[in-house]
Amino acid sequence: MIEIKELTKRFGKKSVVENVSVTIEPGTITSFIGPNGAGKSTLLSMVSRLLDADTGDVLLDQNNVKKWKSGEFAKRVSILKQSNYTNVRLSVRELISFGRYPYSKGRLTAEDDKFVDQAIEYMNLEDMQNEFIDELSGGQRQRAFIAMVIAQDTDYVLLDEPLNNLDMKHSVQIMKILRKLVDDLGKTVVIVLHDINFASVYSDRIVALKDGKLVKNGPTQDIINSKALREIYDMDIPVQVQNGCRICVYFNSHA
Amino acid sequence: MQKNSTKLIFLAVLAIIGILLYAFYDIKGGFDYAFPRRMVRIGAMVVTGIAISYSTVVFQTITQNRILTPSVMGLDSMYEVVQTLIYFFAGSMSIWVLNHYLNFGAAVIAMVLFALILYRFLFRTNKHPIYLLLLIGMIIGTLLGSLVTFLQVLIDPVEYLSLQTRLFASFTNVKSELLYISIGILFIAFIYGYRIMGKLDVMSLGRENAMNLGINYDRMVMNILILSSVLIATSTALIGPITFLGLIVANLAYQFLSTYKHSILILGASLISIIALVGGQFFVEHILELRTTLSVIINFIGGIYFIYLLLKESRSTR
Ligand SMILES: Nc1ncnc2c1ncn2[C@@H]1O[C@H](COP(=O)(O)OP(=O)(O)OP(=O)(O)O)[C@@H](O)[C@H]1O
Ligand SMILES: [Mg+2]
Repeated sequence: MIEIKELTKRFGKKSVVENVSVTIEPGTITSFIGPNGAGKSTLLSMVSRLLDADTGDVLLDQNNVKKWKSGEFAKRVSILKQSNYTNVRLSVRELISFGRYPYSKGRLTAEDDKFVDQAIEYMNLEDMQNEFIDELSGGQRQRAFIAMVIAQDTDYVLLDEPLNNLDMKHSVQIMKILRKLVDDLGKTVVIVLHDINFASVYSDRIVALKDGKLVKNGPTQDIINSKALREIYDMDIPVQVQNGCRICVYFNSHA
Repeated sequence: MQKNSTKLIFLAVLAIIGILLYAFYDIKGGFDYAFPRRMVRIGAMVVTGIAISYSTVVFQTITQNRILTPSVMGLDSMYEVVQTLIYFFAGSMSIWVLNHYLNFGAAVIAMVLFALILYRFLFRTNKHPIYLLLLIGMIIGTLLGSLVTFLQVLIDPVEYLSLQTRLFASFTNVKSELLYISIGILFIAFIYGYRIMGKLDVMSLGRENAMNLGINYDRMVMNILILSSVLIATSTALIGPITFLGLIVANLAYQFLSTYKHSILILGASLISIIALVGGQFFVEHILELRTTLSVIINFIGGIYFIYLLLKESRSTR
């Protein structure tokens, strides 16, 4: 279990994340939503130890994440940041193999190869596994990086806007894969999303941030309604039910 | 695409041919006299080539760029400052000059300290854009350069001549006892390097991806910055500054070998360095008959290459 306790981060005088407490339920997909600059990425970075909090704690299995050994932590929690770029000559397969580094330390075993093959298959990257990362399109590269964290095979997978650059088909595909990771393999996924319809259709819980503060935290159905969305986004967003899914029709709503 | 192992063998063969040629060419009469001296020079070129390549490649990995090198960031200027200060305050007859160990030690320590202070300030946050770092490096270089010039004007002309021979990179008057120390330092650096090659590969994915994969990133950066400055300081204290060599060979290795593996990149860059140094020195000694020095040629070619890289980079970021 990951517990976020009264976490605060300031840049200069500005509180970017202010006194946020959230518990991530194991075996669920939790979506972080909120306007640009709300502090979603900053919060995720602190949970995954990329950034130190000013005050407050993050606990993984009751132990402060700061106390975890780097190598052990990397077998439990993985994070993919919002933008990924590398100027290194690296094939798709080599990149995905890096996901096994916490286990293999660079010497891949047959088991590591199995995980890599599986991640490639999940992400439909078979055809381009020998191509170089810097020669792919933005969306293809994003899928390769997602495959890397899947190969890392951690209990907790944190993804910061993984649907960036992806077309509809691949977005849906990735959300389905995440559902599979949770439902079949018992993993826990935390994902930052801007398209609230993906959050509505695929996540179990939603955490909403605004100006660094936690404004909503609960099961998806409690958050995807016009009243709550108005609080989060300052927009009137009608919600319609289609095939049992709640769809937010925000395209022509006015603030 | 050729395999990397084939390419490495090709480079190794070229390096060995260069070394043999340099060792035995036109040696007829004075074998007993010339051969041992040539061996010391070859040793110095191999050590310098490896140290510069190794330090540049790892430095560029942790600073996530392919244009900056420790030398470009002002370490070479720092070497000139140390030597000039020694001549200015102690003079050419002082123990600081006559005792090679002392001179070598002072230069290495001053350069490493300078590098650490500079890096602490520059790479603490890891967020400065590359052009800013480059600018800072240039400003520091110019500042130290002016300081050197200022002191040199005040120095006695005879002393000045003696100082100058130290400030130009040269393989012709390498002290063999310093060569042994340098080999020792390089050896230690290799033992450490052997343990971190895999980590370096992961670190080339950038800070966040490396941390995600369990690398203790910030501590590794500090360790590698120390490693890299010790290596550059050693090579500079041994033969003098060859500012642009690291830049050329590292970039040639990235292009020629197209891999992310540091073991291969460092080996390749080292071989290219040795080829450039031994081949260049051969050219200077036997064809130009010592009318110029190797470092002048390397810095000339390197400077042009540097401008080319800058232009290429600015085009690709636009
Ligand atoms: N390194 C930094 N230095 C100063 N301010 C920062 C830094 N990183 C983030 N901020 C500020 O913190 C605030 C929150 O940033 P954050 O990246 O967490 O937002 P976000 O919710 O992920 O937004 P987006 O949806 O646009 O990705 C922003 O106002 C940003 O300007
Ligand atoms: Mg963000």
